Amino acid sequence: MMEERARQAEDGAGFIRIENVSKSFGSFKAVDEVSLSISKGELFALLGGSGCGKTTLLRMLAGFETPDAGRIFIDGQDMAGVAPYDRPVNMMFQSYALFPHMTVEGNIGYGLKYEAMSDAERKDRVREMLELVQLTPLAGRKPHQISGGQRQRVALARALARQPKLLLLDEPLGALDKKLREHTQFELMNIQYKTGVTFVVVTHDQEEAMTLANRIAVMDKGVVRQIGSPTEIYENPKSRFVADFIGSINRFAAAIVYVKDGIAVLDCAELGQPLQARAEDGFEPGMRVTAAVRPEKITISRERPEAGNVLSAVVHDLGYFGKDSLYRLQLPTGKMISASVVNTRRAGENERIAQWDDAVFLAFDPASVILLRD
Amino acid sequence: MNRRPVFLLTVLAFGFAFFYVPILSMIIYSFNRSRLATVWGGFSLDWYGKLFHNRQIIDAALLSLEIALVSATLATILGTMAGIALARFRHFRGRTLFSGFITAPLIMPEVITGISMLMLFILMANWIGWPEKRGFMTVTIAHITFSMTYVATIVQARLSSTDHSVEEAAMDLGAKPWQVLRDVTLPIIAPAIGSGWLLALTISLDDVVISSFTTGPGSTTLPILIWSKVKLGVTPDINALASLIILIVTVAVIAAGVIMARADRKREADIQRAIKDNG
Repeated sequence: MMEERARQAEDGAGFIRIENVSKSFGSFKAVDEVSLSISKGELFALLGGSGCGKTTLLRMLAGFETPDAGRIFIDGQDMAGVAPYDRPVNMMFQSYALFPHMTVEGNIGYGLKYEAMSDAERKDRVREMLELVQLTPLAGRKPHQISGGQRQRVALARALARQPKLLLLDEPLGALDKKLREHTQFELMNIQYKTGVTFVVVTHDQEEAMTLANRIAVMDKGVVRQIGSPTEIYENPKSRFVADFIGSINRFAAAIVYVKDGIAVLDCAELGQPLQARAEDGFEPGMRVTAAVRPEKITISRERPEAGNVLSAVVHDLGYFGKDSLYRLQLPTGKMISASVVNTRRAGENERIAQWDDAVFLAFDPASVILLRD
Repeated sequence: MNRRPVFLLTVLAFGFAFFYVPILSMIIYSFNRSRLATVWGGFSLDWYGKLFHNRQIIDAALLSLEIALVSATLATILGTMAGIALARFRHFRGRTLFSGFITAPLIMPEVITGISMLMLFILMANWIGWPEKRGFMTVTIAHITFSMTYVATIVQARLSSTDHSVEEAAMDLGAKPWQVLRDVTLPIIAPAIGSGWLLALTISLDDVVISSFTTGPGSTTLPILIWSKVKLGVTPDINALASLIILIVTVAVIAAGVIMARADRKREADIQRAIKDNG
């Protein structure tokens, strides 16, 4: 085990290793042979809908659930048979789970109660944590005497007070309102940077995962579908599930006709015309694929533009969201396409780029087309 | 619509009368000079004076109080343990059976509980020579048996409605299971344990049936004494005793109400202050 530690210490890779871990509840497979490796100091997100197994995985890292099969290593130490109270791991609970009968200070200091340290050290650590989350003036309050955002910070400080090797966060922003979320998001990232603790965040909110994490694992039905940076996950989804789950996307069934000069030309009945896509390794002529384009990659114009892919369409519906507008457009074949337009200009309702029932041209670059294997 | 709901007010009046006229008449007759309980002979405090010189009644009251305190305390300890087991240990062998056994005494007729306890004590006395005679010990054991059921139910309800993750958080922060129990679980369910204890105390204090079955010569609790006295006719001293009990209960209930209202107001003010500070 010593060699293993030495090997990992070199680059911090594999600081947390989850190897072929499975867990079932009755006949329900919550986590199915998941393997993950998380580096030291990473802010890693487990993203997925409810029942995808992300929370079960988190609870197995904390020690509240025992894997049926597979192994979990934290800093080279096998976690099998290690109780939650003996793990170098702390968790920030979704409900915050503050102790209602203790003050803010008491809550933050609780984790140090059973640590071997002097009272002076303990006091110092609590003071340090109170400063870190800017709650020093509220140290003597009880949880019911502070606001939701403040409770969230108490929960964070309490979990960090023991200086864990790994901090688990269960839907950390879920209970906050929208304005507070944005602020807290950056505060969390800032605290993670300052403390250098490895964070694993569980969330069902893709925006939260994208802004917080430097790496995301997208989970579905107990299986990890894709692991990558937020950009990779968004711009290069490897499956229809990931493409659909993250953001919205237009999908077309297509077949590759030929590949020439780095451009793949596809036959696409739904578009009623050929489609150009950037050629990618592993996609050969004759293959049936799904071609996908994100709404914001499509531009709308009155005049026919010069672009790799140009389609004519009619505005079926439009929604105005302030900073952008979403258009639903109908192709001559009847297929619906979504396109979003950033409202870069101040414009009144009658000055929009297109109105209901207007005939327009849609354009997008071949490089914007994602090819997915069926 | 200014029409008074005459019907509803009438029903209300009858309802209250149904509850309180008997009690009021009993209190009034406790000041009766006459020896006959039902004939008014003028105002007097004699019966209250006599009450305090009646050793029999005072001994019975003290015995009842002693049994109530001991049985309520032990029932609270056992009932709390059972309640925690029922609420927190989701899967163990025979859980449903255990839960059924815990709540069965709630619906069991008291007479049956009384008879079975009596049978048990007699059989035990025959086989192992204990209890030698029935009295304080046997009544207390019988009271524990059925009042711990109430405590267990209250504690279980309270725990089931609290967030289990608070206890998980304590464990996550390095507390071993018994430390979690001491530091977090017990403080959270303290109000439930308190009301369970009070309920057990009350149930024990006014129990006649089970006590009659399990007590022996020389150990007469207050309810048994009152019951046996009344069999010979209602006397004014019993009225005086009952009036005193009502006075004590009324004072206790009002005090508890005031304390709870104060705590509520303080909590409300705290919340208001927190919202203001945040805004």
